[in-house]
Amino acid sequence: MIQADSLTKKYGDHTAVDNLSFSIEPGEICGFLGPNGAGKTSTMRILAGFMPPTAGTATVAGFNVFTHAMEVKKRVGYLPESTPLYPDMRVWEYIDYVAELKGCAARSDRMRKVGDIMELTGVISRRNSLIGALSKGLRQRVGLAQALIGDPQVLILDEPTIGLDPKQIMEMRSLIKDLGGRRTVILSSHLLSEVQMVCTRAMIINKGKLVDSNAMDRLSGDAVNTVLVTLDGPGEQIRSELRLLPGVTEVLVRQDRPGTRDQTRTMTIEIHHKDDTNPRGDLVRLVASKGWDLIELGKGSVSLEDIYIKIITQDAGTSEEEKSLPGTDPGDVT
Amino acid sequence: MMGNLLVVMKREFKSYFHSPVAYAVICMFVLISGFFFYSAMSLYGLVSFELSRTAQVTGPQELDMTDMVMGQLFGNLSIVMLLMMPLITMRLFSEERKNGSAELLFTWPIRDFDLVMGKYLAALSVFFIMLASTASYLGFVYWYSTPHWQAILAGYLGLVLLGASFLALGIFVSTLTENQIISAALSFGALLVFWVIGWAVEEKTDTLSQTLNYLSILKHFYQFARGSVDTRDVVYYLTFIFTFLFFTFRSLESGKWRG
Repeated sequence: MIQADSLTKKYGDHTAVDNLSFSIEPGEICGFLGPNGAGKTSTMRILAGFMPPTAGTATVAGFNVFTHAMEVKKRVGYLPESTPLYPDMRVWEYIDYVAELKGCAARSDRMRKVGDIMELTGVISRRNSLIGALSKGLRQRVGLAQALIGDPQVLILDEPTIGLDPKQIMEMRSLIKDLGGRRTVILSSHLLSEVQMVCTRAMIINKGKLVDSNAMDRLSGDAVNTVLVTLDGPGEQIRSELRLLPGVTEVLVRQDRPGTRDQTRTMTIEIHHKDDTNPRGDLVRLVASKGWDLIELGKGSVSLEDIYIKIITQDAGTSEEEKSLPGTDPGDVT
Repeated sequence: MMGNLLVVMKREFKSYFHSPVAYAVICMFVLISGFFFYSAMSLYGLVSFELSRTAQVTGPQELDMTDMVMGQLFGNLSIVMLLMMPLITMRLFSEERKNGSAELLFTWPIRDFDLVMGKYLAALSVFFIMLASTASYLGFVYWYSTPHWQAILAGYLGLVLLGASFLALGIFVSTLTENQIISAALSFGALLVFWVIGWAVEEKTDTLSQTLNYLSILKHFYQFARGSVDTRDVVYYLTFIFTFLFFTFRSLESGKWRG
């Protein structure tokens, strides 16, 4: 459905998108992940037909975004990051305007479609409000409505949940999830939890390059051989004893806080082990024999965060930009 | 498709009246043109009174009200328009760029032609409303004299061509900046240059002077104001309009606009 071939976008000396190639199948909900300035927005703008690439080609639904821009625009619904709507128009008026531009000419038919879209995006109760008077969350919904009108095959959503409150974020995500299947969706985000929750596939982009075209697979593969355990006991000893368990390859302390008794620590530990072993039995026997308290034992899940941090730091060393980024966003609500 | 041109035009036209700009511009235009009409009428009254006093000595004389009042008014209005047209066009593309809506605008399936012409025709419609407000003066002229309708029509044709030229330049300038004030100031300055360009070289006969003289935008209007239509003037204005609309298309196509 979407095919990018060596896409490059330069702004003067700065290369925003660097020789990027990928392809997205129909019906996929694909998440673009990456730190700010990674080239997500530039890539989406190229795919939406807003600006031409400096080099390389991209096709959407079989049409070249540069040479057949009009055909592409007819098939793509685009929601830019800043949701730039016309504040002086009323909600229904605006959606009606976009519907008409997208070729929905017959008035009665258009009215019905506009009504349906307003229902779907939940703005029907504010249909007569001026857009300038709406909250950020509602404006975002109107933005989504204008992208959806005309029933596009491809939806391109740039940071669709940025600036929303937790409840609105949940609603927006479930809305987007419902949109998949029939449509191909690309959304960008720097929130990994969001991509994990909404998308069927995650692509990680950094410095304009594709770092990983299917981070989701890697996630499920990694998650099988980890155990997450919370113990209360003598801190150092726990760590060294766990390392000696058969099959264990790595012991990572995720959390370390004062324990319930004197001299003890309560630690949440992630244990990585070999594919064909299961250290859970040995672990429980060890805990029992040492007299530690077992607080929780669960399946470990390597989050996309981990992969993300790993890849980004591997990829670029530790420049200022990347150090501050992953996982610390206050809007990261799961 | 013709459809999108009308859709864009309708929205732009409504948008003018969502903000106070159109009301302010139209109000000022009505006030100022009313003042000019009033002063032309008073002068006409004064002159005709003087003539009637001296009629016994010099014999009866005919005063041409169409020329004295409307001709005068057309000349004055052309200057007023030069000052006010940039206020109509300043927002057309600047605003889209400022609030980011250009990004959406260029991802909707609209051809540049529909977009530019839709906006241009919307601005032209506002101008026509301004112009329509002067129709009441015709009532006075009709009431007090036998107007030369052809001359009046020629005058209005001139105003329309002149206004359309101002707007064409203005819409082009609005693609150059995202700041509406700068957009208005630039188009005002450019129009001023087109106005005074012939002043310094009026009496000279070399090619450059003649060319500059020909480019002078108000010079071509005098014939219309006096009530006669010269094809060369019509061609000048149409070329002017076409050129700046063409520049507008080129400006939109240029890479600068789309990041």
